[in-house]
Amino acid sequence: MSKVVYKVEDDVSTDIIYPGRYMATVLPTETPQFAFADDDAFNGKLKAGEIPAGSFIVAGQNFGCGSSREQAASCLKGHEVTIVAKHFARIFLQNGINLGLPMVICPDVEADEGDELALEGNVLKNVTKGTEFAVTALPPARQAIIDAGGLIAFTRARLLKEQG
Amino acid sequence: MGMTYVQKVLAKACGKDSVAVGDVVEPKVDLAMSHENGALVMTQFQEIYKGTTLEPNVWNPDNIAIIFDHRVPAESAKTATNQKRLRGFVGDQKIGKFHDVRGDEGGICHQILPEMGYVRPGTVVVGTDSHTTTHGALGAFAFGIGATEMAAVWALGKVLNVEVPGTIRVVVNGQFQELVGAKDLILNLIGKITAEGGNFKVLEFHGEAIKNMPTSGRLVVSNMSVEAGATAGMMPPDEETLRYLKEEAGVDESFELMAPDADAEYDRVVEINASELAPQIACPHRVDNIKPIDEVLGTHVDQIVIGSCTNGRLDDIEIAASILKGKKVDRSTRMLIFPASWRIYRRAMREGYLADLADAGAVICNPGCGPCLGVHQGALGDKEVALATTNRNFKGRMGNPMAEVHLCSPAVAAASAMTGTITDPRGVR
Repeated sequence: MSKVVYKVEDDVSTDIIYPGRYMATVLPTETPQFAFADDDAFNGKLKAGEIPAGSFIVAGQNFGCGSSREQAASCLKGHEVTIVAKHFARIFLQNGINLGLPMVICPDVEADEGDELALEGNVLKNVTKGTEFAVTALPPARQAIIDAGGLIAFTRARLLKEQG
Repeated sequence: MGMTYVQKVLAKACGKDSVAVGDVVEPKVDLAMSHENGALVMTQFQEIYKGTTLEPNVWNPDNIAIIFDHRVPAESAKTATNQKRLRGFVGDQKIGKFHDVRGDEGGICHQILPEMGYVRPGTVVVGTDSHTTTHGALGAFAFGIGATEMAAVWALGKVLNVEVPGTIRVVVNGQFQELVGAKDLILNLIGKITAEGGNFKVLEFHGEAIKNMPTSGRLVVSNMSVEAGATAGMMPPDEETLRYLKEEAGVDESFELMAPDADAEYDRVVEINASELAPQIACPHRVDNIKPIDEVLGTHVDQIVIGSCTNGRLDDIEIAASILKGKKVDRSTRMLIFPASWRIYRRAMREGYLADLADAGAVICNPGCGPCLGVHQGALGDKEVALATTNRNFKGRMGNPMAEVHLCSPAVAAASAMTGTITDPRGVR
């Protein structure tokens, strides 16, 4: 069980998650400092280490729309937060899967900042409000990448099978 | 049951007779493009080989394109160092399609790929840039991917675990009014189906307004298909595609012109009458916040930008020059022109368009992505308002979250430069 530390609207773009002016920074070890860089309050808490690992960010529809910049996924992965969204934009979802960012697709989710959430199988419980919501499972083809530990490991295994 | 156009292309790329929506496939990649973020692809690519005895060599160097465009010439030591590392990789791996910071062959990736003849109808193109959808205009299945996914493509030559997407059929009939065109069409469509209306789907374009549209316009429509969330924006190839490839891209080959089956099944059909379209404006801070120009006429703008992978082509610059020749950019605003490639820059220079625009007061910048995503030149001040022919108006997009960006066609941008306010181009010439 962990708290919702940040709630955002529909259509949060990768420019909001990781502003374009920081795109010269690419390494996953360096991107977390710029997560939600234009929101001084939340970015400040992230950088100060005030957001515990496993905390939830709750979003609406189409989270991560816009550019293909992988920094938007790697900067969140670096803070070990879980993203719950009603739906994700395609490229962001794939980038998150490839990097092993915890993401939950929950079309009906209702939660506010401060609520305690618990993920139990295919159900997301809002413990604070006493409500629960169905989670949409990832298609097996995408889940297979997560199960392999991300796309790097998945691809390495494939290469070894094909060429090794 | 018949197949949509993307199903046809994917079936061919997988060596199958047919594929169905939802099938998981691993299509062969014909062209894999990266820009400066190739530096991250390179890092991830090398990571794949760690702990193995395999040599980290790309699957086929001739099918990889690397084009420096996002921050050219380098705006910082960090970018310059990343570009230097990539040059080393390009040399070591003998990457075939490399476009460095050069006035003869440089430019924005989504202009370089078509104008160099790198994109062919019926092929699979991936790029580490969301606007890779652009190349659907030439009949390719072209889509954006992340850097790690590209690293896997460099290793294997195919994209893993692709779900065959459903398709929205977009039929555009009628004839555009003068100085209304491709940009107004795609903005109108995004407003209709919203920023997530095409998520995980392909837009497939048909109708007489598409048939009569030159490839330069089709590239605009496919480019911004991603702003409706679409995986790709595809135009089944036709005579115009062949003309462009031969006359403008120097490709002297014959192609099999695939087409969707008559009984293909679509998720949805959207019809638009081009004759009824007014110039369209995407208002802050969403690309689907579309208004016909009448509703925003007179809005003051501090900066006007013509350029980007969306609208920095020769005919865009020509329209702007034809409107601004002998006129002045109003002193209440400023105007920047970023041609999409150096080939376009040089042609616009020879035709006199750049001189006409500079005489009017516009600043001519070098081809690149810079101001569109706020990484290099053209940043906005606090509370400033921009009007741009670029593709996104998200908060913070032009380098400042305290500023606003409106999106429009080149004709609207040029007409508005004369007044410093959003101005209808119809009738100004």
